[in-house]
Amino acid sequence: MQRRQLLEVEATEPVGPYTLLRVERGGLDPGRPGQFFMLSPPGRVLPRPMSLCLAPPGELAFLIDPIGPGTRSLCELEAGDEIAVFGPLGNGFDLRVERPLLVGGGIGIAPLPYLAEALGSPPAVLGFRSEEHAEAAALLPQADVVVDPTLVTDCCLEGFDVLACGPEPMLHAVAALCPGAQLAWEAPMACGYGACYGCAVEIDGEWKRLCVEGPVLAA
Amino acid sequence: MLLNASGCLDALTAPDVARQLDAFVTKTVTPLPRPGNPPVRIAETEAGMLNSIGLANPGRDRFLAETLPALRELGLPLWVSVGGFSAREYAETCERLDEVTIELNLSCPNVDEAPESAGEIVAACRAATGLPLYAKLSPAAWDIAEVARAVEAAGADGLSLVNTMRGLALDERTLWPVLATATGGYSGPALRPIALAAVYACRRATALPIVGMGGVTTGRDALELVAAGASAVALGTVLFSDPDAPGRIRAELETELELLGLDSLAAAEGLAHAGGVGLRSRPVAGPAPM
Ligand SMILES: Cc1cc2nc3c(=O)[nH]c(=O)nc-3n(C[C@H](O)[C@H](O)[C@H](O)COP(=O)(O)OP(=O)(O)OC[C@H]3O[C@@H](n4cnc5c(N)ncnc54)[C@H](O)[C@@H]3O)c2cc1C
Ligand SMILES: Cc1cc2nc3c(=O)[nH]c(=O)nc-3n(C[C@H](O)[C@H](O)[C@H](O)COP(=O)(O)O)c2cc1C
Ligand code: FES
Repeated sequence: MQRRQLLEVEATEPVGPYTLLRVERGGLDPGRPGQFFMLSPPGRVLPRPMSLCLAPPGELAFLIDPIGPGTRSLCELEAGDEIAVFGPLGNGFDLRVERPLLVGGGIGIAPLPYLAEALGSPPAVLGFRSEEHAEAAALLPQADVVVDPTLVTDCCLEGFDVLACGPEPMLHAVAALCPGAQLAWEAPMACGYGACYGCAVEIDGEWKRLCVEGPVLAA
Repeated sequence: MLLNASGCLDALTAPDVARQLDAFVTKTVTPLPRPGNPPVRIAETEAGMLNSIGLANPGRDRFLAETLPALRELGLPLWVSVGGFSAREYAETCERLDEVTIELNLSCPNVDEAPESAGEIVAACRAATGLPLYAKLSPAAWDIAEVARAVEAAGADGLSLVNTMRGLALDERTLWPVLATATGGYSGPALRPIALAAVYACRRATALPIVGMGGVTTGRDALELVAAGASAVALGTVLFSDPDAPGRIRAELETELELLGLDSLAAAEGLAHAGGVGLRSRPVAGPAPM
């Protein structure tokens, strides 16, 4: 199976302040929900990690928040452009859950549409910092949506198998409420496949590579 | 010959990438385990990247007991990168190695303790082992050719050129250093002309074989290092964006050689000192006197 390919961009679509980047799938495997791909933004030295958001037939789609030079370059791609994509990488969510509840904060919604598909549209809670950002909830129609200052952790999460992705403070809060939760973490990554040791996070008192051990970890 | 640059590939996590190389170079091993620096440890800049990994490694004992035997299973020639904080520490690690090439990392910008001079460390290691010893030098040396002559006199068998240079990146919004350690080692395309100059100067100063590295991303880049005097090339930062780089660069090298009418990589070695391609009678200006 080929793991890195130059793929053609099929479309870029605005979703609130984010951009949905749709590329042809080529020979790549979409992988498991929660796994990620390294996308090489034109003009940048390093690739950027992106969760798979959707996997329509023949396509891979990524939801991107333009927060810096790499993500801005990805959002500026146009249909017909080519981009190198490497993946799927890392460990995704464990889908053997009885009462799934998806929890997303901000751009942390990115892996949830693909995850929801695999789990048969389970209930979901999404938190956003503004009404504009909350437009992204359209990608997960069944979700309850809260907007700052209401937090996802103000919703009832107990009694569910929580699968969450979002900013670090949200993940820590979710972990405190739901000890069995599966959490998708982020770290700056240069390679995504264990080569650079840049993505170190502390796991059980030791620095480990998030791209190898995660990005999904048990709370 | 194509290698990886130390610290830029884990052959145990990515054996398929390592198998595209002619030899695998380990991350630098120090006597004691080192957790490495706190995050953020990497930052991209316009023409390269900074890292402050800080020589994270399991330490000499665990490396010898676990990592090295597992690496041998790959069946690739191995180079072990050795680090330390005194000549004795380097020599003690060398003494315990067998059936590998040793690369002495004399130049990590991510650790503060200043070791003894490069020549002293090489001499101590030479006394401790009969294995091939490569000295990896910093391009930040005031006169790298002088360091090269010193390590040659101390018994080095080869040079690895170059390590990273110290650099700083500030966050776009906050103007705070991106790296937790503030500064880090600068690698990638920006380093390429610096690496070329180092290889060029050391080829003139010594007869030692040279592994050239620094910003190689294409076959042409590799060819230029060879023309400047390297006999092998190592890939670092490019492996992060393209794990298929070894195969691609090999293919590109073939094309480049063909375009220039050279029948092998060996034919390109040192051409930058010998009048270049097709201009062999042209007198070459030497570098500024040292
Ligand atoms: C496994 C994984 C999956 C991801 N999936 C997505 C996704 O689906 N969609 C998406 O938009 N983003 C995702 N990200 C985050 C995305 O990779 C980063 O936002 C991107 O690399 C930033 O690059 P940049 O050049 O645009 O900004 P930079 O210049 O690198 O960063 C801009 C600012 O953000 C901070 N920053 C950068 N990277 C991170 C990070 N990983 N965590 C926290 N702060 C950071 C920097 O310190 C800086 O202040 C994911 C990250 C990981 C590790
Ligand atoms: C993330 C990272 C880690 C590195 N770790 C080491 C190391 O442990 N020992 C060492 O000698 N050099 C280390 N280096 C330096 C490289 O081996 C190489 O000399 C340098 O990056 C220049 O090559 P490049 O521009 O192709 O990356 C590291 C470089 C990077 C980017
Ligand atoms: S991103 Fe390079 S080791 Fe994890």
